[in-house]
Amino acid sequence: MTQVIDEDFLALPLDACADAALARGRDLGAVHVDVRVVSTLTQWLRLRDARIEGSSLDVDSGLAVRVVVDGCWGFAASDVVTPDTARDLADRAVLLARTSAPLTTLRVDLAPEPVHVGSWASAYDLDPFLVAERERRDLLADRSAALLAHTTVTHATASLHAVKERVFYAESSGTRTTQQRVRIEADVVAIAVDPATGAFETMSTTAPPVGRGWEYVLGQGATIGGARPWDWDAELAALPDHLAEKMVAPSVEPGRYDLVIHPTNLWLTIHESIGHATELDRALGYEANYAGTSFATPDKLGTLQYGSGLMNVTGDRVVEHGLSTVAWDDEGVAAQSWDIVKDGVLVGYQLDRAMAAEFGLPRSNGCAYADSAGHTAIQRMPNVSLQPQPGGPDLDALIGGVEDGIYVVGDKSWSIDMQRFNFQFTGQRFHRIRHGRLEGLLMDVAYQATTTDFWGSMRAVGGESTYLLGGAFNCGKGQPGQVAAVSHGAPVAVFESVNVLNSAREAGR
Amino acid sequence: MSERPTPQEIVERTLSLSSTHGCVVLVRTVGVANLRWARSTLTTNGETVARSVTVIALVEVDGGIASGSVTVNSPTLDDLPGLQHRAEELAVEDGAAEDAADLVSGMAAADWDDGVERATAAAFARVAPEIGAVLAAGRADGIEHFGYVEQTVTTYHLGTSTGVRLRYADHDARFEGTAKSHDRTRSSWVGRGGSTLDGLDLPELDAELRRTLEWQARRVDLAPGRHPALLTPSATADLMIEMYWSSVGRDAADGQSVWSRTGGGTRVSELVVDPRVTLDSDPAMPGFECLPFVVTTGSSASSSVFDNGMPVSAVRWIADGVLENLITTRHTASEVGLAHRPDVDNLRLEVEGATGSLDDLVARTGDGVLVTCLWYNRVVDPQTLLLTGLTRDGVYVVRGGEVVGAATNFRFNDSPVDVLRRIDDAGAAVPSLGREMADYFRRTSMPPLLVRDFNFSTVSQAY
Repeated sequence: MTQVIDEDFLALPLDACADAALARGRDLGAVHVDVRVVSTLTQWLRLRDARIEGSSLDVDSGLAVRVVVDGCWGFAASDVVTPDTARDLADRAVLLARTSAPLTTLRVDLAPEPVHVGSWASAYDLDPFLVAERERRDLLADRSAALLAHTTVTHATASLHAVKERVFYAESSGTRTTQQRVRIEADVVAIAVDPATGAFETMSTTAPPVGRGWEYVLGQGATIGGARPWDWDAELAALPDHLAEKMVAPSVEPGRYDLVIHPTNLWLTIHESIGHATELDRALGYEANYAGTSFATPDKLGTLQYGSGLMNVTGDRVVEHGLSTVAWDDEGVAAQSWDIVKDGVLVGYQLDRAMAAEFGLPRSNGCAYADSAGHTAIQRMPNVSLQPQPGGPDLDALIGGVEDGIYVVGDKSWSIDMQRFNFQFTGQRFHRIRHGRLEGLLMDVAYQATTTDFWGSMRAVGGESTYLLGGAFNCGKGQPGQVAAVSHGAPVAVFESVNVLNSAREAGR
Repeated sequence: MSERPTPQEIVERTLSLSSTHGCVVLVRTVGVANLRWARSTLTTNGETVARSVTVIALVEVDGGIASGSVTVNSPTLDDLPGLQHRAEELAVEDGAAEDAADLVSGMAAADWDDGVERATAAAFARVAPEIGAVLAAGRADGIEHFGYVEQTVTTYHLGTSTGVRLRYADHDARFEGTAKSHDRTRSSWVGRGGSTLDGLDLPELDAELRRTLEWQARRVDLAPGRHPALLTPSATADLMIEMYWSSVGRDAADGQSVWSRTGGGTRVSELVVDPRVTLDSDPAMPGFECLPFVVTTGSSASSSVFDNGMPVSAVRWIADGVLENLITTRHTASEVGLAHRPDVDNLRLEVEGATGSLDDLVARTGDGVLVTCLWYNRVVDPQTLLLTGLTRDGVYVVRGGEVVGAATNFRFNDSPVDVLRRIDDAGAAVPSLGREMADYFRRTSMPPLLVRDFNFSTVSQAY
């Protein structure tokens, strides 16, 4: 359904603020001025045992002005959206740039971008902010109650998180854009407790967050590529049995196993070991004090064997229902798609305009983003996706090809080092595979690997039927800290001889 | 258009609009000034201010009292009726709240009429030139610098329909610096937190960065496995904050926590760690002062909107190794039979009889692995509170009381609860900044610890 941008946002003095800040910045000697007005609505709803535990609605609005003066950035922001404030922010940003100049040795240069003027809204059917709170509550309560009806389930939690982000951007080159996008995530978690032993386990739904509206929580919507409507009823019906089986499952014997990894788990491995590793600002060292750097340094571009020849990874800001999808980024760059890993070799990075210019590239690929008016735009992750093999195998065929292994479904715990070498992940469910067949669940499983070894061990990639768009709302980066939502498409894939730990033994139990 | 109202005007006007069972209004004004540098040049900076207004409407509905919470930025006085109405709508739609309770009444602060305090780039007047000098000296010596300095001031104005009028200005500053040399094959880090940047000694911090870079001149092979670990106060802080955040009373009573007792209930009053250990919080802790009353915009297992304005008191979470308290709201405390203990924004760990600095602890350690800081720490198993994470920016081998060289980084798999059961030695608690948690929790006083059998699970090639 084609959406339009909310009237209350368009009623703000967007052009007047832009005109005031751009003129003031130019008068004060700025060679570049950009203005953002951001208004973000956030809805949280959390239930425990079918009753509301907490609920809130947050509207975060503000105005930001960023300048380049004497080769140095200056940034100032306010929560007041008026032309007078815009002028004042331009003054403050220029002053901060000049104050900062003595500490700056690398002049800011921005890769050029054509002028864009227009507006865009993401694809969704039902605006979640127009759905009655009672309807939201009742749906989650019904799902919780259905779980609680099973004897295995001691407690159930359910949550809903919806965001609507409206952004106006203008810059001194003439670009002026207005955008609105909606995203949503929901989960239901079944919890089993055995008071006699003290043991407890959880089992969560694995529906990924997506750039859709309330229809997604209802299980509606069309399949577009990896963006699929979620079959909530089927997953919720299976959850108690999975949980009951997990409570009595054997503990895994640590060692090396072939892993068949479902996209509900693999998206996070992609995010951590490819997505963050191919951010050019990290690779150049700009995040060394916080998020970290990358083993995939620029000198390896075009030569680094990142993974097996089956590995093809793209970056994009265009895929429909993607969480990072926009029409223009927060530096006015039009959305694009490009290769990051081609036939297993590193061939591309994620860029903003300053990184592109520093790297000698003619244009940014549009990865600038700021999570609010209060934060300056930095390079953030686009949708980074492992491509399916055209005409490749389905799930049954992939499992059928494994003699002795584990099938991994759903994400849970994750951790990776600051250069994106060593990672460790757990999941929701680990199914034992013997002779090409599933043979029940295992518990205490964690898989641990080094990025290039892991991707180098990928021996089979599923076809389009296995492809799913996963993702997260809460990717963190930068100082001051910012969060961003991002999608990752993945097929089911098979990895050979991956190190599997027993988490209970790791804890000395 | 209305003039921008004061926080007090917003509180009073909103409360005057309320005609339901009750109302809570929170005005939160956050000012932030920051500088960030990388590759020895300034990269970004900012000076921002933002005000949010939260209206929590309490409405009588079938079955009890409902709450609805709405937060918006910088409303005008004209916006307030709509805000109040939306909060009341949400409350009615949500239905009776399980945590409903009487609002605290009649607490009025003497400084209620005081205005908002701000953070500006003036906070860097002394520090910025000193940072510039460190960057310049580093360039001359082949050392790259990366870092971040921030001054934040958050002013809270909290009012309720029961007469509460409370104000608090929360000053919070931090400095982090990373230094790299020799084609970035050596890396070190320092971090400091505090109310202001006044006590920051840049030359001393730079000397510490240079000393530890020098320690990395010699590489020592160290296989993964269980080794004695010397945890700096920063590394200790990150482990303790994870444990603190996992100390929620309801989760424990529900059987979902390391503090759950086999057979049901919680482990409160059990000896859970080394009997020399005490872990406490106190909003009046000198140098770590923090919000002395409850402020929350939404209810959860660890917070209740009905508790807004209640006093936050000093609390011992663990005393002499015994678990004494868990985080509770009035509602969850009553539900699970524990004392009401709201969370506090500071944390102190002390080991009885522990003395000396980190250097002193190194000097009296035979063999050990000194860990600068921990990173990307995540819970693997809540039942044991098994965490995994990485060492970062300096792992040193100690032999005979001296650092003899640097080892690789490692992934660890260990539980902070178990760490507190395996303390062989400790230093005095000092102000510390957890590397991983610096964005969220900065007021910690932690000792360096010598912990036996710390699980360095695998090698990380990161440097």
